[in-house]
This record gives sequence, C-alpha cells and structure tokens, in this order.
Amino acid sequence: MHEMSLAESIVQIVEDTARQHGGTRVASVRLEIGQLAGVELDALRFCFEAASRETVAAGATLAIDQPPGQAWCMPCGGSVTVGSLADPCPDCGSHQLQVTGGTELRVRDIELG
Amino acid sequence: MCTTCGCGTDHVHIDGVGLALSRGAHAPLTGTEQFVPAAPLPVTAEEAGIGAAGVHAHGTSAARIVQVERDLLAANDSWAAKNRQRFAASRTLCLNLVSSPGSGKTSLLVRTVSALAASRPVAVVEGDQQTSNDADRIRATGVAAVQVNTGKGCHLEAPMVSRALDRLPAMAGGVLFIENVGNLVCPALFDLGEAAKVAILSVTEGEDKPLKYPDMFRAAKLMLVNKVDLLPYLDFDVALCEANARKVNPDLEVIRVSARTGEGFDDWLAWIARAAA
Repeated sequence: MHEMSLAESIVQIVEDTARQHGGTRVASVRLEIGQLAGVELDALRFCFEAASRETVAAGATLAIDQPPGQAWCMPCGGSVTVGSLADPCPDCGSHQLQVTGGTELRVRDIELG
Repeated sequence: MCTTCGCGTDHVHIDGVGLALSRGAHAPLTGTEQFVPAAPLPVTAEEAGIGAAGVHAHGTSAARIVQVERDLLAANDSWAAKNRQRFAASRTLCLNLVSSPGSGKTSLLVRTVSALAASRPVAVVEGDQQTSNDADRIRATGVAAVQVNTGKGCHLEAPMVSRALDRLPAMAGGVLFIENVGNLVCPALFDLGEAAKVAILSVTEGEDKPLKYPDMFRAAKLMLVNKVDLLPYLDFDVALCEANARKVNPDLEVIRVSARTGEGFDDWLAWIARAAA
C-alpha cells in the first residue's frame, strides 16, 4: 500500500507544474499507470484526494491511462500481452518473459482551470 | 496520511530523532533537500494558491493543458542514485532485505553479520514502523546499526537511507544490510540504491506467496528460503515454492537456509562474497 507515497508525488509534480505556468487551480490530472505497475487505482484515487487537500490540486479529477502489460517471450521470439507478472506466455505457456511495457508510473499532463 | 493503511512519508524517526525533509508541502522533491527536525508544515489556502471557495470549473474555455511527462518515482530515484554513488565510492556492497513480517529477517541478519564481521566492515540499517528492538539485536553482536522508524509508513524510501548513512561509520570494502519494513508489497517499488534486493520467504508461509506477491519476487535477485530446519514438521513443498518464484522471475537465484541452525549459510555467505567482489 504505497499509494499514499505515489499520491504525494503526484501532488508535488502538479503543484510544481502549476506554479511554473502561473496556474492557481488544476481541473484535471492525466496519469499513466501501467497494468503491471502494482498500483491499486481505487486506493490511489482515495489517497490523491487526501494528499491534494488544501493544494492547487484539490478537487482535480484524475484521468488514468492504463497501458497493458507487454512482454517479450523468448521461446516465441515475439511480443505478447500479459495481465500480471505471474502470467505465462498466452501462446506457448512459457514463463521466460521479459517485461517491456505496463510498468509506467507518470504524470502525463495537467489541465489548468 | 492514508487512513486505509496509514502509510505516508511524514514523521520518520532515525534512532529516535524525529526528522522531516526541508520541503514545504508545495515544493517538489528535487533530490537536494536537507533534513530538519520535524515540525508541522503550515498550509493555508493562500499559500496553496487556491481561492476561498475552492471551486473548479472543468472544461471551461480558460482551461489549458500543460504537458508534464514526469515519473512519479523520479525524486526517490534521484536519492537512490546518490546513495548508490556513495556505496560505489566506498566500495560498499548494499543489500536490501525484503520479506513479510515474521520471516526471520532479523535472526538471519544477526547470524549473518556475526559471521561476516570478523573479515570485513559490516553495518545494518533497520526499518520498522516502531521500536528500536531490531537495531538493539544487531548492536548486541557488536555491529553498528541505525534504526529508522517510519511511523505509519509501510516501506523505506531512499532519502531515509541517505540520512541513516550519515550516522554510520566509514566502512570501505564492507557490506551494508538494509532490513526493510516487513511488507511484501510496497518495498518492491522503491529503489534505495542497493546492489540487489534479497527476498526472504520462510517455510511456515505458503508455497504460492511468489504468485500472490509477484512484484517483490520479480524485483529480487536472490530468494532465501528460511527456517528449513522446520521442514520435517511441515507440508511445505520447497521445490514448488521455488518453481512458483521462477515463474515470476526466471533469473531468480535461490538458497535454502536456517537462521537457527546455520544450514545453508556457507552458500549465503559465498553469495555475498561474490556480490562484493
């Protein structure tokens, strides 16, 4: 349950960006949280609401893009989609997978209101 | 502060002294912060730059989109990079020990540092929400230890380790062990500057734990299967546990140990020696 730390990071990044651009209110924040990033989105929303209280980000809506888990399957020699880190290759069943996507944790953009 | 699990990064205590980063509630972490005695951070609506009403109009014509593209862990990672530079400069091997509570991390550490201390400098950073019990157990062996109390925080972060390092003696060519807060979820995400995460799983837990908590076993380089002296009394299938762990991390190394009897410690100490070489 590290979502509070992540929510605090989001608020810091949003405040920093809003200040640089002379913004005093933030209408929405767009995040990219990969499906393999190990983040519980409901918990993140809950924590963001608490962490953003009395900041420029207070009341901002969170829009969350969720890139799917992608991995390179060594036996298949190709890219496959996986739902979790414990999943096998959907084609050959191997666990020899190198994760290539779905672990993103970033603020994409903010909407100043 | 999160009221679901209580986690948060405020109110950290190192060897009983309350500390906070010198950032205001509105300043981003830059990696250059200093630590100061903890004090409540004043927050007013005026400072925060919001109107008294705090009302937001979404999608109005005045709205503008600002591209950000910043990683949420960038600040922690910049501190971790600095810790890593310190370890490199002093040729120190840093290992981050992670596990659920009760896997025997501290007992394993006591036996490990006792065996290592005669041949090289050794120190320990202990992470727990409360008490200095673990650091006290390490210090009883004669090895230096710093206790970090995270308060309600559920994991160590890189700035906490940086501060703890300031309190440890020089240890050129040595080994620093970080015993993370007992938690198989959150510590997986936070780089502390270590050379490797070492996951400890005891045979009194379930064989499927690596599948239930894949992030941690994926982040680890080595898994120590602890308490193997209890295997005759349990139905625990070690081979199945190891197979499950390798499903989430095909490159994971595994050593079976008992912190109580010392079984497997020759392999574990040899692994440390190779990593430190």
